[in-house]
Amino acid sequence: MATMAVQMAGKADRVPLRTKLQRVERRRKLRAFALVLPLLLFILVAFVMPIGRMMFNAVYDDTLLTLMPRTMAALSDWDGKDLPGESAYAALAEDLKQAWTQRTAGAIGKRMNYELPGARSEVMSSARKASMLSVGPYKTALIEINPIWGQHEVWSLLKRGTSAHTAYYLLRSVDYQYGADSEIVTAPPENAIFRDIFMRTLEISVSVTLATLILGFPVAHLLATLPLKTSNLLLMMVMLPFWTSLLVRTTAWAVLLQQHGVVNDVLMALHLISQPAELIYNRVGTIVAMTYIQLPFTLLPIYSVMKTISPSLVSAARSLGAGPFYAFWKVYFPLTLPGISAGGLLTFILCLGYYITPALVGGPRDQMISYFVARYTNEELNWGMASALGAILLTVTLLLYYVFGKLVDADRVKMG
Amino acid sequence: MRKSLIIANALAMTGLAIVILAQAEPAFAGDQLTITSFGGAAQMSERKAYFEPFAKKTGIKITEGEYNGEVAKIRAMVDSKSVSWDVVKTDATTAAQMCAEGIIERIDWKRLGLDRSKFVEGDDNDCAVPDDFYATVLAYDKIKLSNGPKTLADLFDTQKFPGKRGLLRSPFGNLEWALIADGVPVKDVYKILGTPQGVDRAFKKLDTIKKDVIWWQTGAQAPQLLADGQVVMTSGWNGRIYDAIKNSGKSFEFVWATQELGWNSWVIPKGTSRLDEAYKFIAFAASPAQQADKTRYIAYGPTNKDAIPHVDPAILPWLPNAPDNMHNALLIDAHFWSDKGDDLRQRFTAWIAK
Repeated sequence: MATMAVQMAGKADRVPLRTKLQRVERRRKLRAFALVLPLLLFILVAFVMPIGRMMFNAVYDDTLLTLMPRTMAALSDWDGKDLPGESAYAALAEDLKQAWTQRTAGAIGKRMNYELPGARSEVMSSARKASMLSVGPYKTALIEINPIWGQHEVWSLLKRGTSAHTAYYLLRSVDYQYGADSEIVTAPPENAIFRDIFMRTLEISVSVTLATLILGFPVAHLLATLPLKTSNLLLMMVMLPFWTSLLVRTTAWAVLLQQHGVVNDVLMALHLISQPAELIYNRVGTIVAMTYIQLPFTLLPIYSVMKTISPSLVSAARSLGAGPFYAFWKVYFPLTLPGISAGGLLTFILCLGYYITPALVGGPRDQMISYFVARYTNEELNWGMASALGAILLTVTLLLYYVFGKLVDADRVKMG
Repeated sequence: MRKSLIIANALAMTGLAIVILAQAEPAFAGDQLTITSFGGAAQMSERKAYFEPFAKKTGIKITEGEYNGEVAKIRAMVDSKSVSWDVVKTDATTAAQMCAEGIIERIDWKRLGLDRSKFVEGDDNDCAVPDDFYATVLAYDKIKLSNGPKTLADLFDTQKFPGKRGLLRSPFGNLEWALIADGVPVKDVYKILGTPQGVDRAFKKLDTIKKDVIWWQTGAQAPQLLADGQVVMTSGWNGRIYDAIKNSGKSFEFVWATQELGWNSWVIPKGTSRLDEAYKFIAFAASPAQQADKTRYIAYGPTNKDAIPHVDPAILPWLPNAPDNMHNALLIDAHFWSDKGDDLRQRFTAWIAK
């Protein structure tokens, strides 16, 4: 049939039908592509590029390379064993002088300070004093100005600066750092917090996801089985919080949960507790508020899947002799799994990035990784650390998504 | 054809978007100035005492901005050479840090026409002109706590004063308080805090109340925590507490003996195109008459010594730098925080997250 059709078309205008069909198909594809092109471009410009740049920042740092060019050049052939020779010190003196006149000593000090706490003020004062040095030998003069220039670990740090690529930020993000000889060592306990915080982020996200599933499943079932009129009204109530600002909703929880708030007052009036319970500025407050905010995100995908399950399936199971629980567990529940996975995954991934809710209703021990990203961006001005933490969070999220996709057949996950 | 139509449409939309975006940029004009401050009651007082009279006097139009004191924003502007804020109000410790980093203009006091010796820490103001004093004080509600705390030792005494305490979520001010409460004389605080042992000692003292602290982050949170009964006492900025007493009828009480005196300054981000107007504004705002006038709107003290005689005697007792409030006051060491702030903040962040 097909060959005949092709032959016939070929006779008509010498272009085989297959080619014609291909042409039409190609044109259709092109048109479809042109339609999604603006969105693709938008995503590329507004999402992929900034995130790529951010991840690049986590390993790229040319502060020392650009601000101390002479020292970096002099250090390129230093073997890293003893202190470097006079030429490196002369280069350092020149760089410090330049840093003083161009007022970049602060930036140099700040960068060195990340790895050597306290270095900032030493660098600043050295630059001021070095600006008055005119003749060598610089080695003794600089060590006299400030003993840090006689420390091996300072020169190791400078040597690491000769490369614009650094693993420092990524190492710090998992509680490692460079030692005196540029070897990798574990961070001192007063700085080692990030592994805990990543674990905490996962812990809170899992708790909230489970809580929304437990609370959301029965409501979704109710919504899916009630008559349309009632279920629409209920659905509206589920959606209502979406139309209110996240900030307002979180603050509302502060009013409810605080020491003399509504919840405590009611519990005390009912004589269930004698002392106000601590419900806010701790883990309880964080999980309650986050669960509330995430509930619709978990509920709606489950609801949309339940809507498609024919009630006759459970009836059939019952009529064949299954008990109510057995019918639910063996027939109904497996059919809702795609919705449960979609809703749970959506909530879990959104939870990983939570920032404002833990900040408002959590205590210091409930802050998740985003809090530290924001802190490093806005307050500490350490964009390398912010990028490194962000990059790790993103990688972990993608990895979890991948593993999840492998575990649950990805085709069965329906988003809404 | 249809495809080309779509592309043409897309191009037209992009073009339109660019035109709209371009128009959103303010047109350049010489006679205007963008001033950014902390917003809220503080900025309101500046508007009344500085911005409006200045605009009236000089015809320079003032556009206001608000921020939370983040150096990041100023640094981003300076680094990208797109400075849109001409004058910024900032904390003295931040000003010292920005001066050292070279992202704000050095102040030419002659050009300003002001005597720098009349201002707080006159010698240190290379890049900043002080505007107002604010105090960090311990405050409590005298209705709920008739026999309130008198000293910083009381802040750390959970036997005598059970319940939660509010403190700023920052090492700033808290480390000093911890040392004073631990028996360090006020005049030696920064000397001791400058040593690693001193820092350990301060954190150890803070450890004793760590589980009893609710940490606040914005100025308005402190009086709110107190009003809600969430805390029995809290640190707070005197202007905010005063505002709650004066305008919301709260029965809060200051413990002036715990005062830490800090100040805010005007700075000019490096590379502004309106340097002349910026100087004109700062000279106007830092003048004695204007600084004294501002105390009518907020209880922050003038930093220009010549302004004190012009202050209404009824307001004076509420100002942090009124002589009666200054017994035992600790003057914040801007240089200490500019130097050591990064390390201490980092340690504090780790300490509090554990």
